Amino acid sequence: MLSCSQFDREFLRQVATAVGNEYRTGVMTEECHLDLNPFYNPTRRQYDGDRLLRHIPLCTASHYTKLVGLFRVDIYIPILTYIFGQAILGKSDAIASVFRLRNELYGMKQDEKLLLSRTVKEVIHELGHTFGLIHCQNHACVMRSSTYVEEIDLKSSSLCTGCREQIAHGKK
Amino acid sequence: MAEKISILIVDDEDSVRDSLLNWFIEDGYEVEAAENAKKALQLLEHRVFNIILVDIKMPGMDGLELQRRIKALNSESIVIIMTAFASVETAVQALKDGAYDYVTKPFDPDDLSHLIRNAGAQISLSKENEALKKRVTTLEDIDDIIGQSEAIRRLLEQIESVAQSNSSVIITGESGTGKELVARAIHANSPRRYFPLVSVHCGALTESLLESELFGHEKGAFTGATFNRKGRFEMADGGTIFLDEIATVSPKMQIELLRVLETKSFHRVGGNKEITSDFRVICATNRDLKTMVHNGTFREDLYYRLNVVNITIPPLRERPDDIPLLVNHFIRKYCTSMSRDLIAIEPTAMKQLEKFEFPGNVRELENMIERAIVIGNGREIRLKDLPMGREAVDSPVESLEEIEKKHIEQILSKYEWNVSRSARALNVDRVTLYNKIRKYGLKQKK
Ligand SMILES: [Zn+2]
Ligand SMILES: [Zn+2]
Repeated sequence: MLSCSQFDREFLRQVATAVGNEYRTGVMTEECHLDLNPFYNPTRRQYDGDRLLRHIPLCTASHYTKLVGLFRVDIYIPILTYIFGQAILGKSDAIASVFRLRNELYGMKQDEKLLLSRTVKEVIHELGHTFGLIHCQNHACVMRSSTYVEEIDLKSSSLCTGCREQIAHGKK
Repeated sequence: MAEKISILIVDDEDSVRDSLLNWFIEDGYEVEAAENAKKALQLLEHRVFNIILVDIKMPGMDGLELQRRIKALNSESIVIIMTAFASVETAVQALKDGAYDYVTKPFDPDDLSHLIRNAGAQISLSKENEALKKRVTTLEDIDDIIGQSEAIRRLLEQIESVAQSNSSVIITGESGTGKELVARAIHANSPRRYFPLVSVHCGALTESLLESELFGHEKGAFTGATFNRKGRFEMADGGTIFLDEIATVSPKMQIELLRVLETKSFHRVGGNKEITSDFRVICATNRDLKTMVHNGTFREDLYYRLNVVNITIPPLRERPDDIPLLVNHFIRKYCTSMSRDLIAIEPTAMKQLEKFEFPGNVRELENMIERAIVIGNGREIRLKDLPMGREAVDSPVESLEEIEKKHIEQILSKYEWNVSRSARALNVDRVTLYNKIRKYGLKQKK
């Protein structure tokens, strides 16, 4: 997991632990001092998610099986007004941002626990895509698609049995 | 989803094609892309697509002309016109020519997903009509409703028949009987299944929070509201809204609810635009609403509007024969999710479970099994891994109250006397838990 914006250590540790538990693997966290200015689009006042996704493998010298870049900034792709994150299906890289996951953005009370749980779900979700998973119809499954922030709260942070089996089969 | 819905994207911009392609693949659709009208028509010679997204401005043949050709080839296909600049004239023209919708780029992800789900639901609806006689009776999403008792069989029958209708439903049952599971099953087997099921736990929110939760608010409605926020009724558009603990709703909110149910329209807090939403309502309660109507604490008109169909879930103690099935189900569930080998259960342990009254119903049983797997020896669940087992050792004839007292004490100490979390774990409300604490004279040990 690459921390591409300033994040609280404890926050990163908790995200990494939860993600590691879900995928039953160790999660390394690395700070990356990426200059985000080149990715800024002044017209949209957002950051280009496609280019960020292509760029993050260059941010680390180590080799990981899966790589997630975690951001604080508002990310877009040309066809959509915003994204929570994105991944390359069946490949290794993904990005996610906490920007639109924060309650404050919607005029609600700041809620660090909720933010943590949303971030965890979002990272696990995007990683699921890197394992080749597509969206799941199971209401509780973390791979259920959520385009609206509170839809994230409706699902759990775990993969359903079906999705879990798909990963197990894919790994063979 | 029975048959995959197929989508064709026609746009000359690479980035648009790539991201939409990616988006739809992740969403489980079958999708292809073409960079101009000519390529699209070539593809359409060989096959049919359910939904075709067409960019209006392309070199060569433009989107409106392509739409006319598509409609001539196959009038069943749903065409959605995309544009970078909204213009009223072209929109009108596109819709006149039979476009399903006209959307401006870039899309709000939430709108895009709604748009495609709406179109998809229309397609599956016509497919379902075709296959009307080939009716499949297998129910979806009922994996967690376990049992072979008469009561459960009747419950499943009720779910099946009520799922097909659009009526309001009230689910009654004690805490922990699985009211939300039943709501999910109804939704998952209804024609609304492609749309969200949105749950609201009314009991957990104050009146003003509940209002903003249900109806949403506009940017600037109060300090800090820098973004518009959709309410639950709006999120449930096309789908189902599940209102849990409906009996806790204040008199003022009861009036508001009644109005929304009657008109299917409302305003966001601080907004003046009327918003309409097409939702189905399912409510749940562990109280006797009829008595509340009698006492004047619950509006009669609202009660009749909600209570078109009533489904009652029996408490677990009334169907003890289902306990072994449930036990095995939860063992499988938790062993799988903890990536462990399946474990067995001691016959004496099973016997004790069958005898237990389970004031917290299925939820309590589930928690017991989960805990027993965590603390157990990894091979089988022993009597001493269960709360009643530990008591059975020192006093074989303990009253139910004693067991309840000890169980509550254990949970409280597990959650360091956080009453809210303990209440959630026990699946009772906080008031009930406070009453029990007082009744048994429980105190936090320092
Ligand atoms: Zn996704
Ligand atoms: Zn799944």
